[in-house]
Amino acid sequence: MKKNEDFMPRILAFLCNWCSYAGADLAGTSRIKYPPSILPIRVMCSSRVDPLFILRAYLNGADGVLLAGCHPGDCHYQEGNYYTRRRFAMLKKVAEEVGLEADRLRLSWVSASEGQRYAKVATDFTEKIKELGENPSKSKIFL
Amino acid sequence: MTKTLKLKNNTEQGILDFLKFLLEKDKVKGVFTLKKINKDGSIAYSLITKPEELDDAVPFFPLMPTNAGKLLSRFTLNGIAKEPIIAVVKPCELRAFIELVKREQGNLENIFFISSTCGGVYPSKLAIDNNALKKNLIKYWDDVKKGEINADLRSACKACTEFIPYTADITVDLVGNNVLDKQCILYLNTKNGEEIAKDIKGDFLEREIDNKKLDSIRNKRETEKKKLFSEIDAKMNDLDGLVEIFGRCIGCHGCSKVCPICYCKLCEFESPDSEYGPSYYESELNRRGAIKVPPGTLYYQIGRLTHIAISCVGCGSCEDVCPVDIPLSIIFKKVGESVQKMFDYTPGKNVEEEIPLVTFKQEEFVEVEE
Repeated sequence: MKKNEDFMPRILAFLCNWCSYAGADLAGTSRIKYPPSILPIRVMCSSRVDPLFILRAYLNGADGVLLAGCHPGDCHYQEGNYYTRRRFAMLKKVAEEVGLEADRLRLSWVSASEGQRYAKVATDFTEKIKELGENPSKSKIFL
Repeated sequence: MTKTLKLKNNTEQGILDFLKFLLEKDKVKGVFTLKKINKDGSIAYSLITKPEELDDAVPFFPLMPTNAGKLLSRFTLNGIAKEPIIAVVKPCELRAFIELVKREQGNLENIFFISSTCGGVYPSKLAIDNNALKKNLIKYWDDVKKGEINADLRSACKACTEFIPYTADITVDLVGNNVLDKQCILYLNTKNGEEIAKDIKGDFLEREIDNKKLDSIRNKRETEKKKLFSEIDAKMNDLDGLVEIFGRCIGCHGCSKVCPICYCKLCEFESPDSEYGPSYYESELNRRGAIKVPPGTLYYQIGRLTHIAISCVGCGSCEDVCPVDIPLSIIFKKVGESVQKMFDYTPGKNVEEEIPLVTFKQEEFVEVEE
């Protein structure tokens, strides 16, 4: 697809309360610049995110869906993010198998001290989605 | 070598004799099996305690009114079955029950299982016309004896490569067995199986089901599976393809009601979250200019895949009840197999094995992190 310079993706981000949301906060308070494409939703743990949430966002036209949590081993609830990773891998597989664009889904670990990293994840993902273009499900009727 | 029991009589009658023996000798209090509703041949699952009610039982009838795993979970939902029961089920039904037990929706204790190498079942709709069914039955048993795939089976069954039961106490060798009409051989796989068959009149031998025969049948099914998968693959590769496949869904949710794995009492798709109210239509229409009614078809179908593909036993009940004939069983089988492969998991193979999504390893799937 041709790259549209005016296209600003809308990316839904599920951020865990203890790490990634705080990381996003830090990026803000540190005044690090990143694209205004992210719509954050705070969840208490990344493992709270049912694959259905991600699927629903995708089918409702989110150009990308980011799921972010604490680094493995650092989960506030000890092991929530390990379950998240399994489920996310499963979801990606299902998406690939049925022919959805799995590249629009991203799992990243961002700790509370990684404001820089959060900005980088947001920037990189936005760039990637810009290359992919708009989510085709935005204009579909029979979903 | 497996201990086996050879009974006089043909396989059909032999099994009935065996079940009667168990009831009469009080070895079990109930038999769970398929039974004729009337002389014409309509059948239903039933739980039988009176030996004479077994006369018109048809344990290996090629129909599956409901996945028996789901039914058995109803008896044992609150704990162990009070009295011993013996259940005659198909391999995929047994595996479905094991998956339910893993989800604390059933209990294995006090239930004995008889299963068979399975020749598959017909779509339930075929049983509406009794004459057609009778005609088909002759062809069915002929194909079973030869180890061929019957042309009218459910597509899930044509593509089934898991037709040998994993955890049955007693296995009956049906597929590719050309002496079905002459003898009845029960393979007593477990201690329980041996125990229960102990005092019956018959010859106890040591033997094994012919593996070569099973392999050749598996190969035939494998070929059929590849064919059915590639047909679906050709369509299912983008949103348009998905719309083409699922677009005619009327949203009855019949597939999830009959699915043995879909056990949630409070289903997300039946909840207020999935009720599409006036405001939903308003905002969607403002955005898209038109919308399917009822909406949320892909969300429902793919959402169900994300929930149950990991444990799909491929029984084909979903497709069997679909009023608009969406090829659900092949889609679920295909996606299911690829997801299960990621975790090296065969649903219902072993009750000790955890469902992959409720466990984890610390070092794995790093490739999905970015």
